[in-house]
Amino acid sequence: MSTRLVSFLLGLLAAALALVAAFAITSLVLIIAGDPVGEVWGEILTFPEQRNLANIINNATVLYLSGLAVAVAFKMNLFNIGVDGQYRIAAFVAAVVAGEAWLPGYLNTALAILAAVLVGAAWAGIAGLLRATRGVSEVISTIMLNFISTSVVAYFLRKAAVREEGSNTLGTKEIPEGSRIPSFSIGDGPGTEIYGFIFIAVAAGFAYWFVLNKTRFGFNLRATGQSTTAAVASGISVKRMTIGAMLISGGVAGLVGLPILFGDSYSYGSTFQSGLGFAGIAIALLGRNHPIGIALGALLFAFLDEQSNPLQILVGVSPDIVAITQGVIVLTVVISYEIVRRFGVRLEQQQVAKADRPVDEPKEVTA
Amino acid sequence: MSNPVPEVPAVRLQGIGKRFPGVIANDNINIDVMRGTIHAIVGENGAGKSTLMKILYGVQRPDSGTIEVDGTQVSMGSPADAIKSGVGMVFQHFQLADNLTVLENVVLGAEKLHGIGGRARKRIVEISDSYSLGVEPDELVEDLGVGARQRVEILKVLYRGARTIILDEPTAVLVPQEVDELFGNLRGLKDEGLAVIFISHKLDEVLSVADEITVIRRGTTVTTVTDPSSVTARDLAELMVGSELPQASSEASTVTDEVLLSVQSLSLPGSGARPLLDDLSFDIHRGEILGIAGVEGNGQAELVEAIMGMRERATGSIRLIDADLSTASTRQRRESGIGYIPEDRHRHGLLLDSPLWENRVLGHQGRPPSVKHGIVDKRAARQDTLRIIDEYDVRTPGAGVLARALSGGNQQKLIVGREMSGDPILLIAAHPTRGVDVGAQAAIWNHIKTARREGLAVLLISADLDELIGLSDRIEVILRGRFVGSFDPSDVTPQQLGSAMTGAGASA
Repeated sequence: MSTRLVSFLLGLLAAALALVAAFAITSLVLIIAGDPVGEVWGEILTFPEQRNLANIINNATVLYLSGLAVAVAFKMNLFNIGVDGQYRIAAFVAAVVAGEAWLPGYLNTALAILAAVLVGAAWAGIAGLLRATRGVSEVISTIMLNFISTSVVAYFLRKAAVREEGSNTLGTKEIPEGSRIPSFSIGDGPGTEIYGFIFIAVAAGFAYWFVLNKTRFGFNLRATGQSTTAAVASGISVKRMTIGAMLISGGVAGLVGLPILFGDSYSYGSTFQSGLGFAGIAIALLGRNHPIGIALGALLFAFLDEQSNPLQILVGVSPDIVAITQGVIVLTVVISYEIVRRFGVRLEQQQVAKADRPVDEPKEVTA
Repeated sequence: MSNPVPEVPAVRLQGIGKRFPGVIANDNINIDVMRGTIHAIVGENGAGKSTLMKILYGVQRPDSGTIEVDGTQVSMGSPADAIKSGVGMVFQHFQLADNLTVLENVVLGAEKLHGIGGRARKRIVEISDSYSLGVEPDELVEDLGVGARQRVEILKVLYRGARTIILDEPTAVLVPQEVDELFGNLRGLKDEGLAVIFISHKLDEVLSVADEITVIRRGTTVTTVTDPSSVTARDLAELMVGSELPQASSEASTVTDEVLLSVQSLSLPGSGARPLLDDLSFDIHRGEILGIAGVEGNGQAELVEAIMGMRERATGSIRLIDADLSTASTRQRRESGIGYIPEDRHRHGLLLDSPLWENRVLGHQGRPPSVKHGIVDKRAARQDTLRIIDEYDVRTPGAGVLARALSGGNQQKLIVGREMSGDPILLIAAHPTRGVDVGAQAAIWNHIKTARREGLAVLLISADLDELIGLSDRIEVILRGRFVGSFDPSDVTPQQLGSAMTGAGASA
């Protein structure tokens, strides 16, 4: 359909616009700081080597899950800032469950994944419940829960941890080899392995798309996100949807740390990667809450992170410059999507006006 | 009134027009407001009063036409421009900071005029005394009653040097005694040579206070009455709604004795002592349209929402044929056969940023053809949307268009079509033709009459008395949450209804 094509092209245009603006602003920062603009971009925009490519894909897998978790809540106009706390507490529980190995082989893996999803959901569900029953803003409660989760994990880590020989780092028991998720290689040589968890991430993306766009639950969720009042009048229980959306968002958030846990670290220690939940907010915005868009956003963020690593050594510029780019992208994306959206609405209204013309001039009045 | 009228009007609006995409809010508005007068602007909700006032106060720019203040043409791009040319506005919803004093509220944003200390206080007392507003500069706003807060708002605009004051529905928030006080204040302003523009849809109040009355209908000025004593509220009402009245009386009655909806002792507590709904009981029969008449805010909206299950605190019993819906959820009620045309289609009826076919699904998530086994059937929903577009004459290029892009009348026709889908037993129509064009209005009336012929029970709420009389088989008058009179539309006049609506029968 032509209108669909138009809206698709408009979407692409918006993203391109945002990227160009973000690169321009970053360049401006580099110029003001007196850094070599050309060399920085030259270094970042080279095609990554196999080793780097594997890192990018692995990182993107993790970021993708984080973006999905945030996007579920976004679809209902809920702002789940607590993905960070949710994935850490969930990864910790999963590490403990998998490390204890109550079940053999992949049954153990499945149990640990299930535990992570349930813990993530429960942690986010607290915020959902508070919002639905007492009207507490989920923004505030999820931020608070992030802090609580950090402390809770730190506390229990001491109880559950085993200290490795000759090391100061604390960690949970290592996951037995039979319960790890095997990686596969995309090239030759070391460091070119991709987490097997990527397939679960892809499945999660598909499930996200299916549930939101094809099911009645997803319809209700999107309807509530668009207009609470219309949702209530149509018979949707907004309270139930609020709790449901937060549970799902938290459940997906529970998956975020698992690619690393089952594919790389095999235990949860004090050095487990943090901050993935906040990147997810930016990525969900960038990807417009669309499963493919989020994937592209995650790849872009992972690409920038990876490619900026050698900047310090090669051109003497701090890799933090890409954090500026990433931040600016979020801002430009929000602006350019809004501009393009207004343009699209205008275009459509003109079409409708044409269809309305045959009879007489529309003479409507609204307050 | 006996005030000498100067030659040059305080405010002259000429040929004002304002279009929003797909909608004409104002079209060729012409008004002259003289100094030393209270000029009322009346019109139905959605007639374009608010847009007009926003234009006059610089919130929106007109697409065409000119504004003159005291004989000089002005261009107002912002409220600051309006204040500079001496036009001030008192909003229906007060813009006061509760935790600040009157003085602080008044000087807020106008610190340059008289400072924030002694000089400002002196000026406030001066203004308060000369217009007898009785405002104390050092009182906390949170300690003030509604009437006093409104006087602070008036003082605020006077302090900023306004010579023309616009009041948007100022009596909506006041009790009768406060209304009388307000009118006293307004007459005081008038006597000091100010121009007061008074927006309202309460006709009796307008008649009692205004020197001139301009009627707006469907975005354009119908007429200006220069001698209010020469007209009645009925005359004004006719001017407001126009003459396109429905002709249902010629149709044979289809009322049967089979009760479809039975409501018994429905009550809804309010925030104060007075309940919003007070022990309402009524039946609607197959093929019957029950009309509810009442001044806005007397429980109509609450009645509808209580029947729809949107009010948790409502008590009483609601039966639809054999099903007891007293404690059912909104969804269960809808699925038992209630169609609902909401009063505010943007807030309650549509997902504005979703395509039409998704709007077709809304409210029918549990039912075929659009949803089967929990899965949304997009193709079937689209097809059924196309059916509605065709049968209900919704003017749109297709079912994939966003609801926002349609004009008000077409949005409403889509809603009527949707609510008539799925074989409803009861149709609730709240202000079904509010803010729609004449063509759509006639079409919607026809659909409601068709529903009645097909044996539905219809509950019709409307502020348009002629619409009520034209369509209903029986009219109940609601006042402060209770039914106060039952009328047969074939021998009732709008005047009789009007007096029942206001209770004492004191006004039309």
